Amino acid sequence: MAQGAAYLSAAWVGLHWPAVLSAADHARHAASSAFPMKFEYFTPEEAKEVEAITARVIPTDDTPGAREAGVVYFIDKGLVTFAKRNQKLYRDGLADVQSRVKEMYSKVENFSAATADEQDAILTSFDHSHPSGQRPFRSPAKAPDFFETIRQHTILGFLIDPDSGREGNRDAIGWKAIGREPGHTFQPPFGFYDKNYPGWQPDPRTTDKQ
Amino acid sequence: MTAETPKYKTSDEVDFVIVGSGAAGGILAKELSSSGLRVVVLEQGPYLTPDQFTHDEIKVLNEDFLTNHPELQPNTFRKTPQDKAKKQRALIYGRLVGGTSVHFTANFWRFHEIDFIERSKVGPVPGSTFSDWPIRYADLEPYYTKVEWEVGVSGLANASPFDPPRSKPYPMPPLPVKSSGVIFERAARKLGWHPFPAPMAILSEPRPGRSACVNCGFCMLFGCEVSAKSSSLASMIPLAERTGLCEIRPNSYVHRIETDANGRATGAVYFDKQRNVHMQKAKAVIVCANGAETPRLLLLSASHQFPNGLANSSGYVGKNLMLNSGGISFGVFDEPLNDYKGYAVSRVLHDFYELDPNKMGFVGGGGLDARFDITPVAFASAALPPGTPLWGKDFKRTLAHNFPRTTEIFAHATSLPVEDNSFSLDPDVKDAWGLPALRMTYKDHPDDIKLSKWLVERSRELLDAAGAKQKWSFPVQEQQFAVHLLGTCRMGNDPKTSVINPDHRTHDVKNLFLCDGSSFVTSGRGQPTCTIEALAFRASDRIRDLAKRGEI
Repeated sequence: MAQGAAYLSAAWVGLHWPAVLSAADHARHAASSAFPMKFEYFTPEEAKEVEAITARVIPTDDTPGAREAGVVYFIDKGLVTFAKRNQKLYRDGLADVQSRVKEMYSKVENFSAATADEQDAILTSFDHSHPSGQRPFRSPAKAPDFFETIRQHTILGFLIDPDSGREGNRDAIGWKAIGREPGHTFQPPFGFYDKNYPGWQPDPRTTDKQ
Repeated sequence: MTAETPKYKTSDEVDFVIVGSGAAGGILAKELSSSGLRVVVLEQGPYLTPDQFTHDEIKVLNEDFLTNHPELQPNTFRKTPQDKAKKQRALIYGRLVGGTSVHFTANFWRFHEIDFIERSKVGPVPGSTFSDWPIRYADLEPYYTKVEWEVGVSGLANASPFDPPRSKPYPMPPLPVKSSGVIFERAARKLGWHPFPAPMAILSEPRPGRSACVNCGFCMLFGCEVSAKSSSLASMIPLAERTGLCEIRPNSYVHRIETDANGRATGAVYFDKQRNVHMQKAKAVIVCANGAETPRLLLLSASHQFPNGLANSSGYVGKNLMLNSGGISFGVFDEPLNDYKGYAVSRVLHDFYELDPNKMGFVGGGGLDARFDITPVAFASAALPPGTPLWGKDFKRTLAHNFPRTTEIFAHATSLPVEDNSFSLDPDVKDAWGLPALRMTYKDHPDDIKLSKWLVERSRELLDAAGAKQKWSFPVQEQQFAVHLLGTCRMGNDPKTSVINPDHRTHDVKNLFLCDGSSFVTSGRGQPTCTIEALAFRASDRIRDLAKRGEI
């Protein structure tokens, strides 16, 4: 933020410095504490479970994952905007996840409290693309499409244009994680293979035809 | 000084009402108004400005910000006329001022000489209404040149030994090569093929009010914020408005061409944004609504006098639909290509444009290109190798490795015209305005499938020669989704087997003209927009001459 401000005129900075400071502070605060922002749809408890699920869809390893990209905020906002019709699916789906937790790991309180391996096993039991997800389970899911929906929403929230105003892909973390530089304009050379391109040369075999 | 944009009354009998403001409509509007004729363009979609375009994949890809909306304007699909059509999205087109030219990839091949005379050369094809055009490449050549210079096309003349003759080079050099283009070029030459810099309707040099391409990477399906993409919106519409004689009227959904007792068109009836009905009076009507909506409008305009639809004495309105065939292959390479930067296509080859049907066992031909036209969310959803996990650690690892290292090899090819392949009115499903929905009937000619499979094999050969570490292809299947909308009101000299004459005038209604993809007689090998626009410049000349001679 301060680096960006260096390019701006002194007058602009003078007028806007309090706002700039407060925005920078807000961003730091958001990044460091778990749920500082007000959710529009989820309760804090729900948000914690949703975030834990997204963090298994795109986990944090040597690079940031769905958690750091703020995907839960994207989904929260999504459920009152583009994905309004999925509100009930999320309510029912989270209840399904909770009952599956109790069936599979009776001592674990909820999904977010389970270990990563336990969480993966729980999600796999909902994943119809996975062989073990297809087996009949004790309690049929109320919201059979929930896992596929949150999977897609996680990808959206991780990779959506960070300037789209949808709260996803915070600081372009998702783009950086897949090797996409943030930015709106690019200059050649773009990649490895065009770096030393000598420029267009007519094919010697065809020049006599022209 | 800019002239004031006129506002005509619907009761003013203007010289021309043009339905649709896309690739063809934008050019006709500019050309006719520049000749002193009074023009109203009725566009069903909104009038957006470049600052309203966005890289938001939800808004553009999921919510149809720029395109026909499947809930407001549903479609149905069936393979043959014997089947009952099912409700499913069957087509996508740009639904805004500028039409599909706003969101297209901007590949800008000219047709070759063979495309106009192929039927004579190869003879009849069983199961196809294959015909020659009533015009030749030489008739269109000056107009291809005009398109390239007026809308702004970058490219390198005579770089392909298969290029048709041209009277002038491109107005500006090719866009910078991408890594996929370099890989493609080297591999193709290794195989003895002839790659060349892709002609693209995207500026490599700035023009007044328009920037050169800034390589943002949100190109196909997105609108260009810097007006580098040479859409009608960026190139023609501003010039049309500057004449002071052309009104662009957005949010105007035309659903009927009215005719009088003499069988002449009197104007276009449309819904405004509030769904009030108006009729714009005009001395002549030009429909440029695309290869789906143009025939639909004619069919919706049926009357006592024209019971099978307007201009449909041949029964060919909506028939002979061609989509272009082809196939998509992917390759993953060792080092980052970063093909997400920039426009889609930087290298093409046309070695397979003309193939010998006796040797191949099918009619038609095609081209290959190297491209990356997939934005990040779409990539993660659809461009990973088959068998990649859909979530978790391995999903993320594959996504991160492949995103910068993947390219597509795209094969573009002939669709043979088949009479049953068509757009028609669905008897049951209605759109949000209560009008019959578009019903698509389509089953690829068997030759198209053979050709597509053969070209996919060439794409894979190329990926091997390029040293791709991994490659896969989408299976070639019968198509059920339309992007290119061609042939549905074809041009011809015989009123029994065509809808318009070579002047784009309908055989049946003297003051009704059609110009867009529906005018095509053959499909070419893909990339129809350059030819749609050449036809539009030519039609402008013909129609203006007829008007000046009082022959409309």
